Amino acid sequence: MMNTEDGLMTSSDSSTLQKKAKWVWRETLKVHRRAPETRLASSLSPVEIFVALYYGGVLRYDPQNPQSQARDRCIISKGHGSICMYPILADLGFFPVAELEKVCEAGSFLGGIPDPIIPGYETVNGSLGHGMGVGAGMALGLKGKKSDCNVFVVTGDGELHEGANWEAFMFASHHRLDNLHLIIDDNQISMLGSTDNIVSHDSLSDRLQSFGWDCAEVDGHDVVAVREALMRMKIQSMGKPKALIARTKKGHGVPSLEGAELSHVMSLKPELIDSLLEANP
Amino acid sequence: MSVRPIAMRDAFLDRICRAMAEDDQIFFTTADFGSPVVDRIREQFPKRYVNVGIAEQNLINVSAGLAIEGYKVFAYAIAPFITMRCYEQIRVNLALLSEVRPINVNLIGVGAGYSYVVSGPTHQCYEDLAIMRALPNVTIYSPSDHIVASALFDRCLENTGPKYLRFDAQVLPVLYEPGLPDLDRGFNVHRSDGNICFVATGYMVHTALKVADQLASAGVSIGVVDLFDISGYAADQLQAVLKPYDGIVTMEEGFHGCGGVDAMMFEFIARRGLSTRMLNIGVERGYRFELGTRTDLHEQVGIGVQAVTKSVTEFVQTISV
Repeated sequence: MMNTEDGLMTSSDSSTLQKKAKWVWRETLKVHRRAPETRLASSLSPVEIFVALYYGGVLRYDPQNPQSQARDRCIISKGHGSICMYPILADLGFFPVAELEKVCEAGSFLGGIPDPIIPGYETVNGSLGHGMGVGAGMALGLKGKKSDCNVFVVTGDGELHEGANWEAFMFASHHRLDNLHLIIDDNQISMLGSTDNIVSHDSLSDRLQSFGWDCAEVDGHDVVAVREALMRMKIQSMGKPKALIARTKKGHGVPSLEGAELSHVMSLKPELIDSLLEANP
Repeated sequence: MSVRPIAMRDAFLDRICRAMAEDDQIFFTTADFGSPVVDRIREQFPKRYVNVGIAEQNLINVSAGLAIEGYKVFAYAIAPFITMRCYEQIRVNLALLSEVRPINVNLIGVGAGYSYVVSGPTHQCYEDLAIMRALPNVTIYSPSDHIVASALFDRCLENTGPKYLRFDAQVLPVLYEPGLPDLDRGFNVHRSDGNICFVATGYMVHTALKVADQLASAGVSIGVVDLFDISGYAADQLQAVLKPYDGIVTMEEGFHGCGGVDAMMFEFIARRGLSTRMLNIGVERGYRFELGTRTDLHEQVGIGVQAVTKSVTEFVQTISV
């Protein structure tokens, strides 16, 4: 882990993060090759978000004690779209790397949708729209305990159609939960196509600000920029909850998935994965 | 001196308020639902009281988050709203998550059955026992007076899983004076006469006792069991109590034949190999908009004292044949 205090990046840190993002992207493809039931496209859009959180010195965590009271809480609300977390958690020592060979196999704890039996996962993530409210409750509880731990919630943008999120947005700003951080993986594609064509939430930043949140936007595939935005967000304590809208591409790095309306349900053939891995060493 | 009956919620909330003074791990949440005791909690413990507004989904989610952080949470709202408006939140963040870690969230639902008499079917609650008992890991309590309701508070601290407390909105007569029933057993035998036995819950225990009185005066003796722990009653002991009876009459202020106490007792009898015959008294399926007293409404839907007396009289005759 990098220094969590100074918030500055050196060029070698930036290079390390970029290399790690590429490694996670490749490992996610390999997991999907072995377990085509996994949601690949929605797991490729947040790669840089999770790399910045876990390798960029943003989150405090202890792989040997995942429930340590001193940890920052990371709620991965878009559960199905976080298969990229499997290689990250294995790499960090939350569980043995060998477990990655068994994803979706009988007896494995690594399923098509992550469950809270996985070390490092905090809550139930299969059903969408729950993480924000639970995260708000945790943030309120941490404030009550005078803890300096932070709560990070990662959602998709399609998931924001669930109304419970907006109940939680109102709640969080009312209670001035500035220990609560929302990162939206804004890939703008839901299961059946563009979110704009389903129920648009354009001007998401304006909407969140009107709900009393501080809001920033970032290129969600520039891991260094994501890391810097998260560090800035983390050190702000202005009595407001904070949101980062990460503009991403669903299926990032895979030409046949990027921009495809139905990418959410698309699997890649092994030979295509092999060629992608060969072309992106 | 006899105990003055009070509302179940007042008795239970008073226990919460007093305990909050001693235990800073107790947190109270409400979906904009109040009472004089809630006012006291808000005034005395403002940092452990939160009103999420009319937002039951968020009530459950925030309560779950607080429980993850170690709090013993009491979430308070009207019964149909705290069970049905947010059922998926209960399923996912209470029932399911409690498979892997303690989630001590206690759902206090006020307004069992028809107890919000003039408010109509949105505020009345006939489905909750069935849907809540479909969830693993959720303890369900359905007390029949404020004495038991108050005593159940201790269980809420001891048992670290999620719970649903189904409280009547009206003040019901005191049944447990002097002395509490055995809470571990989860049920209480009020009468053990005759060859037919009522297994009733909540308000319907009072109806069962009235019907039993009425039939006793006609020379028919009937047993009465108050089932207040719907999910955790002592099954062996209940079997021992019910085994001598030729017939069991279930009584609930909930829809008939929809998975409530009637279905539970069918399953119990089948699993235990009892040969007992059964009559189920519950609300006729359907939503009604008629106004009237609770007694009137109960008679209309087949669960009033007169309607039950008639049904049970016919049932007794079939058993005797």
